[in-house]
Order: sequence, then structure tokens, then C-alpha cells
Amino acid sequence: MASGKKKEQQIKVKQKVRDSMIYLELFWSFFQIGLFSIGGGYAAMPLIQNQVVDVHPWLTMTQFADIMTIAEMTPGPIAINSATFVGIQVAGLLGAVIATVGCVFPSCVIVMTLAYLYYRFRGLDMVQGILAGLRPAVVAMIASAGISLVIMAFYGERTLPADLTSFNVIAVMIFVFGLIILRRWKTNPLWIMAGSGVVGVILYSVF
Amino acid sequence: MNNFSKYKKLFLSTFKLSACTFGGGFVIVPLMKKRFVEELGWIEEDEMLDMIAIAQSSPGAIAVNSSILVGYHVAGFPGAMITVLGTVLPPLIIISIISLFYQAFRDNAIVNMAMAGMLCGVAAVICDVVLTMAGSILKKKRILPVLVMLGSFIAVRFFSVNIILIILVCGMIGAADTWHQGRKKSSR
Repeated sequence: MASGKKKEQQIKVKQKVRDSMIYLELFWSFFQIGLFSIGGGYAAMPLIQNQVVDVHPWLTMTQFADIMTIAEMTPGPIAINSATFVGIQVAGLLGAVIATVGCVFPSCVIVMTLAYLYYRFRGLDMVQGILAGLRPAVVAMIASAGISLVIMAFYGERTLPADLTSFNVIAVMIFVFGLIILRRWKTNPLWIMAGSGVVGVILYSVF
Repeated sequence: MNNFSKYKKLFLSTFKLSACTFGGGFVIVPLMKKRFVEELGWIEEDEMLDMIAIAQSSPGAIAVNSSILVGYHVAGFPGAMITVLGTVLPPLIIISIISLFYQAFRDNAIVNMAMAGMLCGVAAVICDVVLTMAGSILKKKRILPVLVMLGSFIAVRFFSVNIILIILVCGMIGAADTWHQGRKKSSR
């Protein structure tokens, strides 16, 4: 009798250890994803796949494809979205929180260090010069990301199709009107985004 | 402004911005610019571009990184913690809710139509900010920044050159330019 109880207790303890192990594994996996995804967005996708499909049996490939679709449809960085999704699937809400914390932890440490250095040294002529050299490059990168978004919006694919005339007319209309309103009246971008969502629902359900 | 109301403003601003950053990290740029540069006046436009360069070349999501920078700039370490929280909470809440019925959400026609429309709006917002920023670089009337802009655009767009490499090279170009101008000044 007594030994049976003891065994039961041992199993319970083991179960607890295993439960807390899953939190640690979640944290560590998403810590690595956060640390090694430089350049943001789609650069993180293969890393996430490797951690949550290949290294750990947390998601199937179909589930992974689903979460990537949802990550694109919902606001927020892909890495954070998948951390929350995987965390919840594997270990509930606490799992989601822990995976998310793991994901942003490397950013916090590294970016804060860089921020400190930036405010400390940006007064120097040389640092000023380096930063001035970077600014046009940053504009170029945003421009490139913007063009990818335009292609995605017009053609529904990430790269330009062979037939350039196959664009979505409604999409082009929403885009052009949005841009004109923004340039002309300097509207808050949030209104443009919300408005084009509403217009999208109306136009796509009518036509 | 006392600390509490500053923290509150930081939290609410980043929370709202993060809830609206569809379509990748760079979407947060025009939103942050509107809020922190134009409405609140907490950051200068050049500073914003520097922050994006730092956010872009650090590991992790651009939205998270740039909000850390904004928070740190406005209110130091606690500010950064608050903005991270504000940025992370919306996706955490939204995905937690959606994960309960994600297949229905993914296949919902109205959701898909709204998303397709919103994508166009986001594209327009990004194009607007690019036009404004490129304009302010052209206004400086110097050839070098324009060349750097064109060169990095071609490198990113057509040759998919690694972003870190571009940042390094452009930083070196900036340094060489400063050194060169310094010499010109001192020789006069």
C-alpha cells in the first residue's frame, strides 16, 4: 500500500518536471528564433519551421502553413504570432506568454545596448557621418518592402507574374484612392488601413 | 509631463500601433512617424531613420526593436519595457483568441475580403512614407545620398543582398564621406 502511494507520488513529480520542461523548451526555442532572425518578417519563417516542426514535434507542416497564413492576416510580427500560437497549442496560455517572452528577450538586450551606444556617441562627427550614410539605405529598404506589398496586393503573389495585366482592379482602385487621400490631406494612416478594409468587404462582396 | 502620464501615453501608443501593423515590420514605420514625430513631437525625423537602421540590423522583429528604441529614448529602461509590452500584447491577445477557431477564421470570406482590402491600404501607407522620405533626401541636393539610395535599392530589390551587408557598406561610405569632408575643411 505504502509503496504504491510512493510510486504514485514519484510519477506525479516526474509529470511536474516534464511539464516545466516544456516551458523551458518553449522559451529556449523562441529565444533562438528571436536571436537569429535578423532582417525581420519572412527571414524568420524557415527558423520557426525548423524549431517547431523539425526539432520539436509541436506542429505538423499543415498547422505550420496555417499559422503562417494567420500571421499574415493578423497584426503583429510573424515570430510573435507563431510564438503565441505554438505556446498555446503546446502548453496553454502560460506557454504562449513564455514563448513570447523568449522571442523578444534577445531583442531587448541587444537593442537596448545599441540604443545606449547610439545616444552616447551620436554627437560625434564620425558617428553622425555613418548615420547619415545609413539613412538613404533605410529609405531604399522600406521602398523595396513597399513594392513587395504592392505586388502582393495587386497580384496576390509575392513575385511579379509573367502577365502584368492580370492585376486585381479593385485592389488597384483602393490603393490609388488611399495614396491620393494620404498625399493630399495627410490623413492618419490608421484611418486609411481601417477604411480600405471596410471598402474591401463592400467592393469584393458586390463584384 | 509627469512620469505616469508619459508611461501611459507610451503604452497606449505602441499598443494601438502594434494592433495595426499588418503586412510586415516596415508598416510600423509610417505609423510611428505619424504618432511620435508629428503628433507627439518626441522624436525627430532623422532620429527616426537612425532608429529604423538600428532596429533593422538587430535580431528580432522590426516592430519590437523600434518600439524598444522609442521607449528607451522617451523614458529610459522602464520606457523600453513598457513599449515592448504594448507591442507584444495585441498579437498575443489576438492570436490567443484566434487559435481557438483558427480554421474558421482562415476560411471566413468576410475576413478574407477585409484583409485583401487592408493590404491595399497598407501598401498605400508605405508608398506615402517612402515618397516623403525619399523627397527629404533629394531635397538635400547632394549626389552621394541619392546614389547610396539607388544603389541599396537595386541591391535589395534585384540581387537580394543581405541587409546587414548593405548597412555595413553604407555606414563605411558615410564614414569615408565625413573623413573626406573634414580634410577638405581643414586644408582650406
